Amino acid sequence: MTATSTTAVSTTPTPTLVTGPDRGDGRAGRARRHRTARLASWGGLGLVALLALAGPALLPDPAAQDLGRYLEPPSVAEPLGRDEYGRSVLARLAHATRLSLVLALGCVATAVVLGTVTGVLAARLGGWVDAGLRAVSEAFVAVPALLVVLLVAAMAPAGSLVALYVGIALAQWVEYFRVVRARSSRVLGSTAVQAAGLLDLGTVHVLRRHLLPELRPLVATLAPLGLVTSVLAMSTLGFVKVGLQPPRAELGLMVTESFPFYDVAPWLCLAPVAVLFVITVSLLGLRETEEIR
Amino acid sequence: MTGKLTHAEPGTASPPARPRTGVPVRMLAGVLARRGVQAVSVALLVSVLCFVITLRLPGDAAYRIAAGRYGSDLVDSESAAAVRTELGLDRPAWVQLGDWLGSLVQLDLGRSLVTSRPVAQEVAFYLVGTLQLATAALVVAVVLGTGLGVAAARRPGGLVDRLVAVWVASVRAVPPFLLGLLLVVVVSAQLGLLPAVGHGTAASLVLPVTTLGAGLSGLVAGVTRDTVVEVHRSEWVRFARTKGLSERWVVLRHVVRNAAVVLVPYLGVQAVVLVEGVVVVESLFSWQGLGHALVHATFWRDVPVLQATALVLALLVVTVNTVVDLAGVWLDPRPRGAGVAS
Repeated sequence: MTATSTTAVSTTPTPTLVTGPDRGDGRAGRARRHRTARLASWGGLGLVALLALAGPALLPDPAAQDLGRYLEPPSVAEPLGRDEYGRSVLARLAHATRLSLVLALGCVATAVVLGTVTGVLAARLGGWVDAGLRAVSEAFVAVPALLVVLLVAAMAPAGSLVALYVGIALAQWVEYFRVVRARSSRVLGSTAVQAAGLLDLGTVHVLRRHLLPELRPLVATLAPLGLVTSVLAMSTLGFVKVGLQPPRAELGLMVTESFPFYDVAPWLCLAPVAVLFVITVSLLGLRETEEIR
Repeated sequence: MTGKLTHAEPGTASPPARPRTGVPVRMLAGVLARRGVQAVSVALLVSVLCFVITLRLPGDAAYRIAAGRYGSDLVDSESAAAVRTELGLDRPAWVQLGDWLGSLVQLDLGRSLVTSRPVAQEVAFYLVGTLQLATAALVVAVVLGTGLGVAAARRPGGLVDRLVAVWVASVRAVPPFLLGLLLVVVVSAQLGLLPAVGHGTAASLVLPVTTLGAGLSGLVAGVTRDTVVEVHRSEWVRFARTKGLSERWVVLRHVVRNAAVVLVPYLGVQAVVLVEGVVVVESLFSWQGLGHALVHATFWRDVPVLQATALVLALLVVTVNTVVDLAGVWLDPRPRGAGVAS
């Protein structure tokens, strides 16, 4: 498993690949490399986003079958050819990408909100609330994300999008909870917050002026990784046939469905794999540069 | 050799106290208590989720199960009704939950809804397969990862270091199911060297283990490299050299142990990743293990098997983490604040 799926690692700092002063080139060289890495990452993400946003609007219906055009090889009109039902692969790819990105964003946003709110509450209230939330989080830490998603997915009819969304978001909240709770309790116990309390500046002030600036960079570092985890979890489940169901276009499913035709039509399989790869690498690249700065 | 004990940041272990001081009993008890509570809460979490599944079972569970038993084209309402009365699927949910938790406490995992064999038997069989796979993959990952990491740390910024960095990055970027797929395509389909699926022969172990081990090895290599570089630069290693210790003893007595203090907890974190990988890789290679069984149970909504496999996999994570915590206490018996090992 790649690091893209670690759950809740708050105590062991993830190693940075590019380490400081021992690369043999000066500061300027490093800074230049970071700029290129960032640009490349944003570029990759931009391309994928373009495919996801513009694709469904411009391309033909992804579900339209034309059995006469069975496994048509790529051409100018159809850059990625047609699949075993004569459906446009490019159109299906665009829809699948859109689905992946939207779902991933939704899951991460939900997980961030849930984790941050519970984390701040636990740090602020302490006592029973804190103990209860920590017990729940301990349980979630030990259960691999994929298991949580599987268990939640099993509650709904096969191929339910909502179950997938709830499962992935639930599997991820604990990461934010732990980090936010640890940092919040440090901030809330600081002299600055004590002073704010003595001055009677109110909770809103403490949240806005003391907590948010501290928490924002933390969450910003974790979120790209969460997006990767979501996209991969979704395609992995599709791949093992317990995620979304055909005929829906989904990246993992597309890989599975095209596998039997690998030797006659390799482009079927390579297209979704390439998209997954670009998404993963770009988000990881963003995160690396985030970490190093 | 004991330098000044400062607050140890993770990753910069200060020199441990002399080896072979007794391990504080209180710390051991603390670790065991924490992990015990975690095991119980995990069991509860999984059971409650499984219970909700039974509540919300879509469509007609009896039909599904009958289809699983007799094949989907031989099912009629009669066989479904027979299944329903046999399994008590028509009772109110809370009664079923009472039975459920009661039997879980008695360690009775029930019978599979599909094969109607005792779940405990099935899970024991699958557990062996999973342990084989996971152990082999861990060994591959640790050997490969630490080897690469140490090699890269010999000359930071050198060629080897850069190559290892590329390896770490590329392994991170390829999710396990794609890596496995790649191996199947290249090794089995194109070259015809190894069997892609199946279970039992030594040859059928190679591809799944490579898939799992490679993914983990990248992470281990990255952490090893950073840790060893860090330790090598530390003051106490410099002092050990100044003292005139030979390089071999410096490495054995100082570098290895201090690096292990960082590496071992990290392996515990990897347990979660390993289990996830197991689920994917087993499904991909049809390896008779818990992950494969779990995915199948999800597909057929075979809740007893689903619960048992999920429970065993989660407890596996807790067990590995317990061992890791104990190893951490043994390696580094200095008292520490809360939340060092997680």
